[in-house]
Amino acid sequence: MHISTDIWTWVAVILTFGIFSFLWKDNPFYKFCEHLFVGVSVGYTIALTWYNSVYPDLITPLFRQGKPLYVIPFLLGLCYFFRFIPKASWLVRIPMGFVLGWASGVAIPAFFQTNVIKQIQGTLLSPALFARWDVFLWALISFIGVICSVLYFFFSREHKGALKVAAETGIVFLMIGFGASFGYTVMARMSLLIGRFQFLLRDWLGVIR
Amino acid sequence: MGVITLLLTLVLNQASPPVILARDTPDDAGKSITIRWQLTGEEVPEGLILERGDTTGCFQVLGVLSSTETGFVDEDVCDGVGYYYRLGAVFGADTVWSEPTPLVKSAPQWFNRARLNILIAMLVFFALVIYFIEHAKAGRYLFIRRIAGLDAVDEAVGRATEMGKPIVYVPGLGSVADIATIASLNIMGEVAKKTAQYDSALLVPNRDPIVYTVAREVVKEAYTRAGRPDAFRPDNIFYVTSEQFAYAAAVDGLMVREKPATNFFLGTFWAESLILAETGATTGAIQIAGTDSVFQLPFFITACDYTLIGEELYAASAYLSREPLLLGSLKGQDFGKLLILVVIVLSSILLLLSRISGLQFLSAIIKFFNVS
Repeated sequence: MHISTDIWTWVAVILTFGIFSFLWKDNPFYKFCEHLFVGVSVGYTIALTWYNSVYPDLITPLFRQGKPLYVIPFLLGLCYFFRFIPKASWLVRIPMGFVLGWASGVAIPAFFQTNVIKQIQGTLLSPALFARWDVFLWALISFIGVICSVLYFFFSREHKGALKVAAETGIVFLMIGFGASFGYTVMARMSLLIGRFQFLLRDWLGVIR
Repeated sequence: MGVITLLLTLVLNQASPPVILARDTPDDAGKSITIRWQLTGEEVPEGLILERGDTTGCFQVLGVLSSTETGFVDEDVCDGVGYYYRLGAVFGADTVWSEPTPLVKSAPQWFNRARLNILIAMLVFFALVIYFIEHAKAGRYLFIRRIAGLDAVDEAVGRATEMGKPIVYVPGLGSVADIATIASLNIMGEVAKKTAQYDSALLVPNRDPIVYTVAREVVKEAYTRAGRPDAFRPDNIFYVTSEQFAYAAAVDGLMVREKPATNFFLGTFWAESLILAETGATTGAIQIAGTDSVFQLPFFITACDYTLIGEELYAASAYLSREPLLLGSLKGQDFGKLLILVVIVLSSILLLLSRISGLQFLSAIIKFFNVS
């Protein structure tokens, strides 16, 4: 056992125990760690945003290289600060409208590409699947699963009769998918916990290598 | 004999230089030239040398390539500047050069033809949505089936009022570019309207500064529409931090200290979903969650009272508000889904029919779904 003499390791250990103490109940130790975590992360984000975005992507091209088009994002950005002036606070809606319009424009075609067109292509039953019986069987199961799952999300009809059967089959497929996803993600979380324990036992206490 | 072989080799090599073609990369944002070539001689060269020249006629080596390569994409070019390319096939100490290509310039294209299918799908979808919106505006009744998680919203807000406790609304950790966040902001407006009517406190911790600004406006407008602008508390909608787990720690702390009657987790969530939902459950709050993040849905299903799965989240704002515009949009989406199912079934049938001789041309249908 070789306990670490590094001050920063000790700081990290104390903060780790502070966060873990929430498992017992809310306490001043946890509150301190939580506030420190939030404060440090905000400060870090501000510095990161300034050095990675604002300075290289706005200040440099606008004020150092004199590119006049950059005055548009500069003014749009400034509009956010009008929230502090009640009479002019409506100006905040200009960049908001711009951002929402831009976001929808970017998100909708990307959504169609990945969540609609590609998924349709992956679901289609094609002659190539006949090469092996097991491949075709899985493709057929996937085909039925997609049809039934989409029908579960059809809101314009009450789930009755054939639609009810299809929707209930769809929810079975969804739950099987969620179950698999749950197990997979829990394993990933376990690896995060193991990582923290490795830090405590190796870097701090030195009882493992 | 050796001299004759060498001479023959040289003659053969000189007679068969590589054939090279260069053109502006199609359907791109510019700054790219695609070069393709074909080796014509029977002898396989040891390697290839690709050179780029400018209008002064000076060539520089762009790359030394394997003889198995048949193309190269030059992404180190400027739009509007002319370039020549030539390819050398290396045979021992000799290099046989192709003719330089004609002058080629790169340029961006306005339209990506490879995404024509996406444009068609969007136009069909938008046409359906607009049709149903007009249908709804005309005052026709549009039926929407019951969605359990959304029926619980009234109950959840009423519970908070009876208990005199606040409601925590987490709009997810995504940006405004996430469709789930946009859906969440729409639902937030309806929830805020109800909290204004019931006079309950609504706490909205935010991770994204832009989402925070929008959320604040949405809640403010909802209070005004409900006729209670005086009840709007701007400090209840606040920015916490952009760091994922620091945000989760802060929201956990908020839930434990404020002991809200109801928690809403609607939007985009990542690994913090279970941390939030589990902590909320320990405080005894009624919890309504909804996300389109497939990996986080199982955690919400386990730890929350009601969960809106994917598409239900998008339908929620229309369902809650019953506004013709949103209902028409929801109906449009529904029939869009139906159309997708028809396309899947019909295309599959046609593809399977392409196994029959004489109908092989039907296999070309699959190309319509190629995207890049």
